[in-house]
Amino acid sequence: MTEILQPSLPGLKRRHAAERRFQLYGKLAISLALGFLVVMIGVIGANSIGAFTQTQVALSIRFDERTIDPEGKREPDALAQANYGALVKASLRNAFPGVKGRRDKRKLFGLVSSDAEFTLQKKVIADPKLVGAIQKIWLVTSDDVDQLVKGNIDPSLPETSRRLSDREIGWIEQLRARGDIKRVTNTSFFTSGDSREPELAGILSALVGSALSLLVCFVLSFPIGILAAVYLEEFAPRSVWSDIIEININNLAAVPSIVFGLLGLAIFLNVFGLPRSTPLVGGMVLALMTLPTIIIASRASLRAVPPSIREAALALGASKVQTTFHHVTPLALPGMLTGAIVGMARALGDTAPLLMVGMVAFIVDVPKSIFEPATALPVQVFLWADSPERAFVEKTSAAIMVLLLFLVLMNLVAVVLRKKFERRF
Amino acid sequence: MSIAERPLIDVTSQRGSKLAGLAIRVLLIACSLVAVAATLGIILSLAFEAIRFFERVPVLDFLFGLEWSPQTAIRNDQVGAEGSFGAIPLVTGTLLISAIAMTVATPLGLASAIYLAEYAGKKTRGLIKPALEILAGIPTVVYGFFAALTIAPIIRLTGSELGLEVASESALAAGLAMGIMIVPLISSLSDDVINAVPQSLRDASYGLGATPSETIRKVVLPAALPGIASSLLLATSRAIGETMIVVMAAGLAANLTANPLAAVTTITVQIVALLTGDQEFDSAKTLSAFALGMLLFILTLLLNVAALHIVKHYREQYD
Repeated sequence: MTEILQPSLPGLKRRHAAERRFQLYGKLAISLALGFLVVMIGVIGANSIGAFTQTQVALSIRFDERTIDPEGKREPDALAQANYGALVKASLRNAFPGVKGRRDKRKLFGLVSSDAEFTLQKKVIADPKLVGAIQKIWLVTSDDVDQLVKGNIDPSLPETSRRLSDREIGWIEQLRARGDIKRVTNTSFFTSGDSREPELAGILSALVGSALSLLVCFVLSFPIGILAAVYLEEFAPRSVWSDIIEININNLAAVPSIVFGLLGLAIFLNVFGLPRSTPLVGGMVLALMTLPTIIIASRASLRAVPPSIREAALALGASKVQTTFHHVTPLALPGMLTGAIVGMARALGDTAPLLMVGMVAFIVDVPKSIFEPATALPVQVFLWADSPERAFVEKTSAAIMVLLLFLVLMNLVAVVLRKKFERRF
Repeated sequence: MSIAERPLIDVTSQRGSKLAGLAIRVLLIACSLVAVAATLGIILSLAFEAIRFFERVPVLDFLFGLEWSPQTAIRNDQVGAEGSFGAIPLVTGTLLISAIAMTVATPLGLASAIYLAEYAGKKTRGLIKPALEILAGIPTVVYGFFAALTIAPIIRLTGSELGLEVASESALAAGLAMGIMIVPLISSLSDDVINAVPQSLRDASYGLGATPSETIRKVVLPAALPGIASSLLLATSRAIGETMIVVMAAGLAANLTANPLAAVTTITVQIVALLTGDQEFDSAKTLSAFALGMLLFILTLLLNVAALHIVKHYREQYD
């Protein structure tokens, strides 16, 4: 016995080693793919942290009456139009009396964000008694100062290869030593629109644009999707036509998203003349893209409703339409909704078709209706990723984290819906 | 009206409900035709604009031209006023990046699918499968950003360490990110196919003394081959049509090269470049985007149809 087995043993060893290797490849592949996922989210997440804080500098501002309101009437118009930039500059000159020369002065004034004058304007309009007073006020710094404070600009690099000169860094160090620089939570990231200045840029307009587009997308694609599914599953006779529709839906699901964008551009914009860059058009294009997903999910969900339900309804005298809409569709609705949410999550992340219909515009104002130009969250990510300033890296990363958060939430809702309403017949 | 006088069946309301039934039926048919209308809309709009483009630029110049530099003449006597619209560099660029992506995604996707289907326990499978699906759910702008921010600099650094010249927007960076994105597509489709191979085949193989890995390689995979091939074709189609990763991580320069370290451009990148920003709707430059869209649509459609065909005609029928 043993003599017969002996010769094959070395071979067996080799074969078992091959077996272990084979299993290892599988584990390796999965770890590589998931490792990539973790690293990607980790890197972007780590980059995003900076965007949630903002650097501010305290300046003692003298609200000079001669500059703000020389006539002394405190009229709102006069207060609104005064030159608040001059106050900021005067205060900076006071803080650093040694700075001479136009270039140095411009650099000095550049420490503070261009938003500072509007901060002062708002303060004065809210409280006109400020005029004439001297007050210490925290103002948003420029993005370069912000990046230095956050440690993203390395002062040990040679002067020419960083965005701040030695003098500027010196001023910032002085301010820091006086305790006049602090980091605060950046709420404006969530409450303001896009801006050319990284320190002022926020995601609110993009967020609202995305929400409006998704609303249009849902309102169009959900009813059309479920009605199409109901027809194909419950009413359509098996014929060449229903086969064509079915093949067509499956193919539509595999069409690259950018092609839907071309359709939107050629037909919705150029033939129908709908307004460019608006959530209306963006939502319509997304609706066409989401439609196959919803139809396929809805059909699966209708198929899961057992025939006994239909037969019972028909036996009690309900018409085909009544059976379908009173008994079958309500049972299938949670599944349909789940499919729709999954489809909407994909639509939320899709960018290319929106680029085609012009939703890449630079939008500062928050869109108020679906007929106003808007942008969307992933498009905002794309636009910021293209900007050269270092400060936009953290903004882009933060916008991605917000986008991912919404995707996670939507998918969670879908999972919960499925769990809660799932019925086994 | 007493009960006896009342007709047993309310004819008037029946007629009403019949009409309503008809109306509902028409509505349902209309809804299901929206999808057909979308396909028709895509084909017609692409074809219509592409034909207008081909009135200006000959079809053969577009399909076989080796140079891509679309521009609109500002003056009539300008040098290079015509612009050249040869799509070959775009097609090769698209294929190069897709090939890199598939080189990454095929082994990773297949190995994951095999492990999940054949080795992983129920619990591990329930954890890993959704985790892999996350990769497919992440918007492609995120991959594009990561490729440009992290992968490209790493490749460039490694390249310069090795003394290689790497373009700042290399095909490799975009291809790698795209490859990872496609992994779940291959793994979940292949996983389904492998699971569909009947257990009796495996049992027969074990019975003859084969190890699990030998069974998988010699029995399961050949049996699942049509399905796997179809999943690879679908993944390729996805890679060819992918836009944001290449827009953000690949270049705009239309180089005719097979060097993964060089910058190449793709069909989708050019469509985006041509159609964002200011555009006049009648120039050859703008219209060329639709010709490219048509090319893209046909390429991906052919791959999808081929994938379906393979599954339909070469699938082994068991039981």
